[in-house]
Amino acid sequence: MNDAASRPYTLIAELTYRCPLRCAYCANPIDFASRVERLDAACWQRVFAEAESLGVLQVHLTGGEPLVRSDLERLVAAARKLDLYTNVISSGVPADRERIFGLKDAGLDAFQLSIQDVDASAARAVTGGDWLDHKIRVAGWLREAELPITLNVVLHRGNMDRVADMVALAERLGAHRLELANTQYLSWALLNRSALLPSRAQIDRARAVAQAARIRTRGSMEIVFVLPDYYAQTPKACMDGWGRRTIVVTPDGLALPCHLAHTLPGLRFESVLDRSLVDLWQHGEGFESFRGEAWMGEPCRSCEHRTVDFGGCRCQAYHLTGEASATDPACALAPAHSIIEKARSVVEAAHVDADVPPAFVYRSIQASRTR
Amino acid sequence: MADSWRPRLARRARLRYDGKSGSYVLLSPERGLLLNATAADILARCRGELTVRAIADELAALYEGIGRDALEAEIEELLKVLGDRGLLDRTE
Repeated sequence: MNDAASRPYTLIAELTYRCPLRCAYCANPIDFASRVERLDAACWQRVFAEAESLGVLQVHLTGGEPLVRSDLERLVAAARKLDLYTNVISSGVPADRERIFGLKDAGLDAFQLSIQDVDASAARAVTGGDWLDHKIRVAGWLREAELPITLNVVLHRGNMDRVADMVALAERLGAHRLELANTQYLSWALLNRSALLPSRAQIDRARAVAQAARIRTRGSMEIVFVLPDYYAQTPKACMDGWGRRTIVVTPDGLALPCHLAHTLPGLRFESVLDRSLVDLWQHGEGFESFRGEAWMGEPCRSCEHRTVDFGGCRCQAYHLTGEASATDPACALAPAHSIIEKARSVVEAAHVDADVPPAFVYRSIQASRTR
Repeated sequence: MADSWRPRLARRARLRYDGKSGSYVLLSPERGLLLNATAADILARCRGELTVRAIADELAALYEGIGRDALEAEIEELLKVLGDRGLLDRTE
């Protein structure tokens, strides 16, 4: 492996798959309920140290909901001791003032708080609960603790038209950064795609609002608008390339190049309980599978964009075409691009009745066990 | 830019040495900027104590062969980039 070409900068530590929310677009794997949480704080501490030795500079402590772990403060302190830039990515739901200050005292660098919607009943429709007021309180504690806030909103058909209100809320909460991230249609979101995928007109309007707001808030709040790849014509540079910049470690201990890589059949991923992260990153079979360009077929192999988008998302390729090595169908040049066009045309043709709540398959332990 | 402005990195931006590349990086939520030697020297001086002119003076004494005006322009340019990203403290 070429060391310079594949140096990880980011560790995504999925501490748990437990979560009080049941978002219809949850990015955790469908089978999360059958995966056992195996890594204790001492083990995570070792993983952080191994990641740092590989070159990792940023760690995202996420889940599920990382605050359901009572040792989160200890993990923050361990990461910070290694001089890693330490982020907690949370729904805020289990947070209270004491825990926020505990995280601050442990050395936390930044807190990413999710908001599902600015409309309480619409938020309930997609997450199964009423948490908006609590999240607003959490943002207040974060401000009081002088912790930088990134506000993250996953965009979909049901909330896309309220981007202006999301910007206003983010400003009111004193966020330093607002991520308006369109749903990635994998896992639970793929199950619910027909109820979540927005129309092109919705996206164009939302993007224009975000663009104007970005100029207005420049210097005080950074606004990031992530276009859905279903409307982009070019695939996203998923994870900045497979096994190239990012390592994900799952609650059950697997070291992965992305959070859903273990849903691809035939790939072998191993646990940090059995081999060191250094060894897995450098020689792990699963990490090698789609590194570089040797695995690419046409049209990727001879495409000038292959060093930009790395052929797109392997999980999307597999879950839409059944072939993990296929060109990501989000690419307009992909042989299977018609899958994306069809999904879009269904949305454009559908009569969406705002008064009828969509029939979501919610993320739940029961749904996880039966799907 | 006001002559009295004493630039300071925002609290959420953290400067750290990166042993792998042998350079400094500026870390912030979701981002890391690999800095060249001059940028690292500039940002190490953005602590809210020195004006842009004073930073340029210090660096001019440090570097041979780079003009003071060129340094000041480089500082302004770097601060503009970071300011747009919200990585500078706005309070004067």
